Amino acid sequence: MSTAIETMVKFEVFRYQPDWDEPTYQVYDVPYREDWVVLDALNYIKDTIDGSLTYRWSCRMGVCGSCGAMVNGYPKLTCAAFLSEYLPGPIRVEPLVNFNVERDLVTDLEGFMEKLESVQPWIIREDGATDDLKSEYLQTPSQHAAYQQFSMCINCLLCYAACPVSSHSEEFIGPAALALAQRYNLDTRDEGVEQRRDVILKDEGIWECSFVGECSAVCPKHVDPAGAIQQAKMTGAIDYYRRLLMPWTVKS
Amino acid sequence: MSAVDQLQHDVLVIGGGGAGLRAAIAVAQEHPDLSIGIVSKVYPMRSHTVAAEGGMAAVIKDNDSAEDHIYDTISGSDWLADQDAVEMFVAEAPRELIQLEHWGCPWSREATGHVAVRPFGGMKLQRTWFATDKTGFHVLHSLFQTCLQFPSITRYDEWFATKLLVDDGRCQGCTAIELRTGQLRPIYAKAVIIATGGFGRIFPFTTNGAIKTGDGLAMAYRAGVALKDMEFVQYHPTGLPGTGILITEASRGEGGVLRNNKGERYLADYDLGEPLPLDDPRHPQLRTMELGPRDRLSQAFIKEQEKGNTYSGTYGDYVHLDIQHLGEHRIDTKLPFVRELARNYGGIDPVKESIPVRPVVHYMMGGIDTDIEAATSLPGLYAAGECACVSINGANRLGSNSLTELVVFGARAGRNAANFAHTSDPAAVDRLTSQVDGERDRIRRILEQPSGGDRVAELRREMTSTMEEGAGIYRTQEGIEQTYATLSDLRERFGGVDLDDRTNVYNTDLISALELDYMLDISLALAASARDRTESRGSHQRTDHPERDDDQFLKHSLAMRGDDGTPEVSFRDVVITKWPPGSRTYGSTDQAKAAKTES
Ligand SMILES: Cc1cc2nc3c(=O)[nH]c(=O)nc-3n(C[C@H](O)[C@H](O)[C@H](O)COP(=O)(O)OP(=O)(O)OC[C@H]3O[C@@H](n4cnc5c(N)ncnc54)[C@H](O)[C@@H]3O)c2cc1C
Ligand code: SF4
Ligand code: FES
Repeated sequence: MSTAIETMVKFEVFRYQPDWDEPTYQVYDVPYREDWVVLDALNYIKDTIDGSLTYRWSCRMGVCGSCGAMVNGYPKLTCAAFLSEYLPGPIRVEPLVNFNVERDLVTDLEGFMEKLESVQPWIIREDGATDDLKSEYLQTPSQHAAYQQFSMCINCLLCYAACPVSSHSEEFIGPAALALAQRYNLDTRDEGVEQRRDVILKDEGIWECSFVGECSAVCPKHVDPAGAIQQAKMTGAIDYYRRLLMPWTVKS
Repeated sequence: MSAVDQLQHDVLVIGGGGAGLRAAIAVAQEHPDLSIGIVSKVYPMRSHTVAAEGGMAAVIKDNDSAEDHIYDTISGSDWLADQDAVEMFVAEAPRELIQLEHWGCPWSREATGHVAVRPFGGMKLQRTWFATDKTGFHVLHSLFQTCLQFPSITRYDEWFATKLLVDDGRCQGCTAIELRTGQLRPIYAKAVIIATGGFGRIFPFTTNGAIKTGDGLAMAYRAGVALKDMEFVQYHPTGLPGTGILITEASRGEGGVLRNNKGERYLADYDLGEPLPLDDPRHPQLRTMELGPRDRLSQAFIKEQEKGNTYSGTYGDYVHLDIQHLGEHRIDTKLPFVRELARNYGGIDPVKESIPVRPVVHYMMGGIDTDIEAATSLPGLYAAGECACVSINGANRLGSNSLTELVVFGARAGRNAANFAHTSDPAAVDRLTSQVDGERDRIRRILEQPSGGDRVAELRREMTSTMEEGAGIYRTQEGIEQTYATLSDLRERFGGVDLDDRTNVYNTDLISALELDYMLDISLALAASARDRTESRGSHQRTDHPERDDDQFLKHSLAMRGDDGTPEVSFRDVVITKWPPGSRTYGSTDQAKAAKTES
């Protein structure tokens, strides 16, 4: 395959193992291919140079959400980051920031999984148990459109790596989980707004979020988590005053 | 280890994709007293169900009928599907899809608020539900998020299952490596469900994600369960050259057409009906031309290639898929993902240009031999999803039946495993320790193997390339035997596999080696089954035996692992209820005739 004058690109990859004191950067030379993404380069390294390089991936088509990393300091899906955008190199690949590193590019997702669960991202219905499954719940295209964008989240967590609040507060539920909460709150089939309210409004993080919108800027799926957080704040604040001033209008 | 530390459940599900999650929820909902474990080598929402695009079939509209869905599925399968299973599948499908709807799946809708349906290949009527062209993504996330509400479900995310634990003729759990620590631990259970997905990764060019390595099949096979109909490999006619990224059949369902390098709609030459002009309101016609079944479309590509009618490019030959006439608005509302993928990975905008496409390994009809209840021959062991073979797909699966299969048979597996667990004793932990120790030794040997042997990536490359050479779209006795011999040689060489990584934490080099070990076993089973089926049917085409032979082969193949580790193939009759084998005709007029005379 290789020709005598093949262009090479330098990769500087973050390496770390739990029993090391310090992470290091390891340099690899990878042949340049116009249609390669950073993930292809990582696979090339793993298959031909160093089988110990450790990272997550599966779909290679930007939908499983596994392969997020910092590419030259910016959170990216490595399967959607074309080498051509980083020429002539070097290309530095590091684990997503704001997460603990388990090894090399692999970060700890357990915190996110707990946050996700805390917002109860499922349809809550009063008739849940008596559902006979005879027909679908009706939902018009415009009702669908109201939450559609927030349902596109692939849990890649690039937004957490970009989030200034997450960078200093581990507790902050964070952009993706809040977008998913809003996805269900806005779904006409759902009746769980009340149940989710407290978790969301009690999160100090959302009041700190200043709508800089870094999260929305890095989101590869155009979910606009910043917009979701703003919406949640607005309705949260309105509900708060309504409870205070017009308690009779609030469902118990 | 003390009893407290033991990992033990009533039902253990291996696999957190669509089938595994549906199974787990069925147990949790209907048997809240049972404890459930889900082991998955990736976080469940990363499972490859996430990549499914086009949609999910079930009869919901008034103009449709169960009979039609059954007939389409059986004729699509080239009569190799078990008809009792198909009847049951079609009957249970609508309820399962409504269930997904009630769990929040954001189906695309009609103006009335009812779910919308779209046409799909090989289907006589529009019956494919869809969530734009990200159906699998939405189905998987809806199931995963729904499963978070059940306290009885414990997840083992990023645990890699390696072996089934069997004692007294009953499956009682598995061993699994916790990736974070590298520890191998037993997880005991009264009943086990395998839902580990397909194994497209045994081929070099596939729409399948990195995780689709057939581990579950190999585990069942090693535990003495047969692998059924392994020779049937589905090539999808429209993958992007190079990456193998799928361009969904929904693009043809919406009206996209295929053209060769002469600009001709070449499918007209392959008994798939007459092309209608693109502005004819009847285009696209169901079960005709571009909406024919996948096996026939992929085979037509090879014939065109032989005639010199394909384009050639850096990544091999291709034809054109043209959706430009749909217009930007329709493409953006119905096929946004197709546009995103074609732009990002194909470098072309399908609003303005045709998309280069070629056949790509996509789906495995074969799998773990189960009955209609999702039970295997090993008591306490169930299987569902792409890893299983009931069979409703026979020799060729119809697009959009697979996602439906996940939920119909996932739910069945869950219910039946729960019932089994209710009446079974806990695992015989003491008697199983020697198996656990044995497995620990096996893995330690791979990890500590002296240097000098082949690297994982090299063996894997040789395996995938011999599979493509001998077990591709068209096969011959000689080619298959050559592949079998090469695989046997690779099996030997695997014994000396040389890892670069000998550490414990998150050792993906080790995991790749274990996956390769499983892939070699199932590739051998596939090659042996393809060798012994000396006929052509559906996706299995033998140039040396070009006809379908119902006298000898209206049968499922069953590959069992022999004592020496090599596959032994036998055959079992297909279940026929009401639809005697007929000829598979496509093209609208033929099809109407066929439906009349055959059903
Ligand atoms: C690109 C693409 C598009 C498709 N589009 C459609 C479509 O439109 N309509 C349709 O009907 N079908 C479609 N299909 C087919 C369908 O998506 C798959 O058949 C189906 O999703 C498989 O689901 P599953 O639950 O069986 O397995 P998967 O979703 O693949 O899940 C397998 C699970 O098993 C786990 N696992 C595997 N091995 C191990 C192990 N050793 N230890 C622990 N866990 C393990 C994995 O972690 C994963 O959670 C498509 C397939 C592809 C590839
Ligand atoms: S909101 Fe966007 S960036 Fe954040 S996890 Fe979801 S898809 Fe990724
Ligand atoms: S590998 Fe799946 S999103 Fe990149």
